[in-house]
Amino acid sequence: MERVFQVSGVSKVYRMGDVEVHALRGVDLELYRGEFVVVLGASGSGKSTLLNILGGLDTPTSGTVKFLDHDLTSADEDERTKFRRDHVGFVFQFYNLISGLTSLENVALVAEIAQHPLDPIQSLEIVGLGNRASHYPSQLSGGEQQRVAIARAIGKRPDVLLCDEPTGALDIKTGIVVLEAIARANSELGTLTVVITHNASIADMADRVVTMIDGQISKVEAKSCKRLPRELVW
Amino acid sequence: MLLHRVLKSDLRRMWQQSVAISFLLACGIATFIMSTSAMRSLGVSRDRYYRDYRFSEVFAALTRAPQSLATRLASIPGIEQLQTRIVRSVLLDIPSMIEPASCRLVSIENDPAQGLNRICLRKGRFPDAHSRNEVIASEPFADAHRIQPGDDLIVNMDGRKEKLIIVGIGISPEFVYTVQPGLLLADDRRFGILWMPRHSMEAAFNMEGAFNNLTATLYPNASIADVLYHVDRSLKPYGGAGAYTRRDQESDCRLSDEMHQMQSMAYVTPFIFLSVSTFLFNIVLTRMIHQQKEQIASLRSFGFTRYELAFHYFKFLVFLVACGSSVGWLAGWRLSIWMTDTYSIFFRFPIVVHAFAFREAMVASLIGFLAATVGGLGALRQVVRLEPAVAMRPEPPQTLGSDWLDRAGLGKLLSPMGKMILRRVESNAMATTLSILGIAMGVAVLVLGSFMEDTIAFVMDVQFGRSQRQDIMLTFNDPKSASGFYDATHLPGVTRVEPFRAVPVRIRHGTNQYRLTLMGLTERPELYRILDEEQKPITFPEGRGLTLTKKLCELLDVQRNDMVTIEILENDRKPETMQVSSVFSNYTAPAAFLNQADLHRLMQESDRLSGVFMSVDSKEVDLLYEAVKETPAIAGVLDNNAARKSFKDLIQANTRIMRIVNSIFGVVIAIGVIYNAALIALAESSRDLATLRVIGFSRREVATVLVGEVAIITLLAIPIGLPVGYGFCYLATLAIDTETHRFPLVVSRHTFAYATLVILMAALASTLIVRRMLNQLDLVSVLKVKVS
Repeated sequence: MERVFQVSGVSKVYRMGDVEVHALRGVDLELYRGEFVVVLGASGSGKSTLLNILGGLDTPTSGTVKFLDHDLTSADEDERTKFRRDHVGFVFQFYNLISGLTSLENVALVAEIAQHPLDPIQSLEIVGLGNRASHYPSQLSGGEQQRVAIARAIGKRPDVLLCDEPTGALDIKTGIVVLEAIARANSELGTLTVVITHNASIADMADRVVTMIDGQISKVEAKSCKRLPRELVW
Repeated sequence: MLLHRVLKSDLRRMWQQSVAISFLLACGIATFIMSTSAMRSLGVSRDRYYRDYRFSEVFAALTRAPQSLATRLASIPGIEQLQTRIVRSVLLDIPSMIEPASCRLVSIENDPAQGLNRICLRKGRFPDAHSRNEVIASEPFADAHRIQPGDDLIVNMDGRKEKLIIVGIGISPEFVYTVQPGLLLADDRRFGILWMPRHSMEAAFNMEGAFNNLTATLYPNASIADVLYHVDRSLKPYGGAGAYTRRDQESDCRLSDEMHQMQSMAYVTPFIFLSVSTFLFNIVLTRMIHQQKEQIASLRSFGFTRYELAFHYFKFLVFLVACGSSVGWLAGWRLSIWMTDTYSIFFRFPIVVHAFAFREAMVASLIGFLAATVGGLGALRQVVRLEPAVAMRPEPPQTLGSDWLDRAGLGKLLSPMGKMILRRVESNAMATTLSILGIAMGVAVLVLGSFMEDTIAFVMDVQFGRSQRQDIMLTFNDPKSASGFYDATHLPGVTRVEPFRAVPVRIRHGTNQYRLTLMGLTERPELYRILDEEQKPITFPEGRGLTLTKKLCELLDVQRNDMVTIEILENDRKPETMQVSSVFSNYTAPAAFLNQADLHRLMQESDRLSGVFMSVDSKEVDLLYEAVKETPAIAGVLDNNAARKSFKDLIQANTRIMRIVNSIFGVVIAIGVIYNAALIALAESSRDLATLRVIGFSRREVATVLVGEVAIITLLAIPIGLPVGYGFCYLATLAIDTETHRFPLVVSRHTFAYATLVILMAALASTLIVRRMLNQLDLVSVLKVKVS
């Protein structure tokens, strides 16, 4: 499998006044095209920091992050923006849809900046919301909003889909629908998908599970038997 | 205690908005305090000057009377102190000027530190009681010619050229504002006052034991009408031209009018400013409190009552008003000193009192406070009325409507970013409307701040370009026969001459009366033209009756075809009634005109002239002036081009401070409003903007959302602001409509373009600042915030 990310010795230190917070301490990780990776960890374990660094929203204090042949560590703000624009799709816990745009328009936003976008309607159909194209976020349920966010993220055919607690704000039933949408995007588009969560049950649908404790990777586990989202129990 | 800490943190967090809001209020308060304090200072300075230097209350000119009459006049009931004088107009030959300067010689008593209309000596000394040729020169005239004590002047005194030595330079309450007859404003280079010991003037003008002018002060309870009646009766056999009070005294009348005009401007323009700034203060504050909705809800969920929260925000409002007021008071006070000093240089008061208009300052702050309380607490009431759970949720868009875009077929033309901008503007209808109104007010204030230039240019064009087309006006010492006209035509370089007769009269209608100089003109004047409202020249056919200015008609309460009584003040003629045949509007003092032949009949005289208007070949002007300086019969020369220049210089100097302050504050208000609108737009859409950045939009692309919103509201505001500004200008012209000045409402395209340009620049500057803030947006933390 083609290696997409190579993370070597990455540390992140936040300075808050006189106090130094070590969010990541020497993380090493490799991620490959098409795999579904779940990062597990308690609050404060550093999983969101890792995701932000992978997505070019933040930079490490030390260590290197390589995306394919590009070194993200030395990239400036504009280069990181271009990286996000061309390669990354984000899904956040609180959806982050533009409230003044319909579902279709939210998805079409990325079509403006992507090089080979999907048809926005097709993106919505992948997440099962083809019939809700003209609805505004306030007219959709939480699960539907998250699925629109997924459609928006995959609309640009990203190389990597980064999901930060995508089911964190949802009930079980809705969470499963959302995870199905993510799994479908992963399998149909072959996108490297990284889902961070503190919900261990989700780990059952991953190819690999990365567990983080206190800013370090404590365990990387390859799953031989993947479950479907509807088979998950939590 | 917690709320106290919240208050401090609120102020820290919103310091940029707080400063911008306070500045809006400060601008309004500062202009108001500046103007009102300056007016009060000038009023107090003038009154103290009049009191300390014994400015007279009654004045009268006459041909000649024996000094023995003075005792009888002094015993008229009501007169406290009476002083007789000799006053003559003469021409001066000043080496640095090709044209002669006009000057009024006024006699002074042996002890000038006593008596009425005392001279305040600024330099040098009083003339020696026994000297023959020592004089004091008026300070404005001396300054205009850089005359110092010890310098001399050549004066044409009744045909003899005499050298007068300046021994002192002074000012007098009687000549605070000296205007040469025929001019609109003072021209200190061409007209001045010389004070000369009485015995010297008696000898020079053959006036031993006689006088031709008197002034008097009155007891506090004196009947002015009775005093004037008795003085007129006593002076009638001696060519009395009618006694008059301060109201008709040239300097005081002009000064009062000038101050009245400034006072009107001092109230109207700053009041508009204050209203606009408090309105904006109110708008911005309201929006700011709406932004605090979630914080208010959190505090309520902790258990704070509505009243505790209301009091918390009330303290916040009080703090903003106190900041705005403090800056406004300080700036206003400083500016008022600047304004007072500038005006007092112009008026030359010996004592300048700097008064602070405390009451007006309190009123201005109170208005700001009320605006804050009404706006702020109104918004707060809406917020605290909501249940905390509801308040913590963001407001859904008020309309969901793409629909008009799609219906209009524009939906497909616009990108999602374009739709995002338009929907934000559309869905926050109330906020958008308030921002548009705020920026429109900024535009309006900018128009108001700069329209005076247009008005002045228009008045000058009418006055000096289309109406007074003569190059030179000559006035004679005494009315001349028709030969004066022919003499004038033979002066060097003269290409055209138009005679005029000017007679001091009192026009009465019912109980109203007005004292002025009635001008007798030829039937179709070509040089000195009187223009009607459509700028067409008015003709004066023989036997048609009087032509009066609209202002005079208002003062006399007459209309066209009414009959008025003309009382000639120059000689012992019976009053005559005449019909008002035409009325026109002018921009200067009230005036009355009559056909010259009709005026001769009224005066029971054959062709007599008071002076002539002349067109002159510019190449021969020097020769003409040489000849005029040698002509004893000429009392005054008025060069129209010089008058035009001095009018322009003076009126621009007079309105300079007001214009500068208005323009600066206009710009500050414009920036304040747009900056706030942009800040609020940033705060309200920061989450959307951060999302756009995260999904890969560049900083520049994301900034277009913000710039687009500010651009739309600015472009919508401009067409509203321009007509509102025109309305403000109209109010300002109403305020300047005084007895001697009226300004037409003229606002040029240049002014509209200037206001538009400044507002666009302000919009650009504000969005650039806010864009910098956008660049510093913490993308991750914005995205971590939960939205329902």
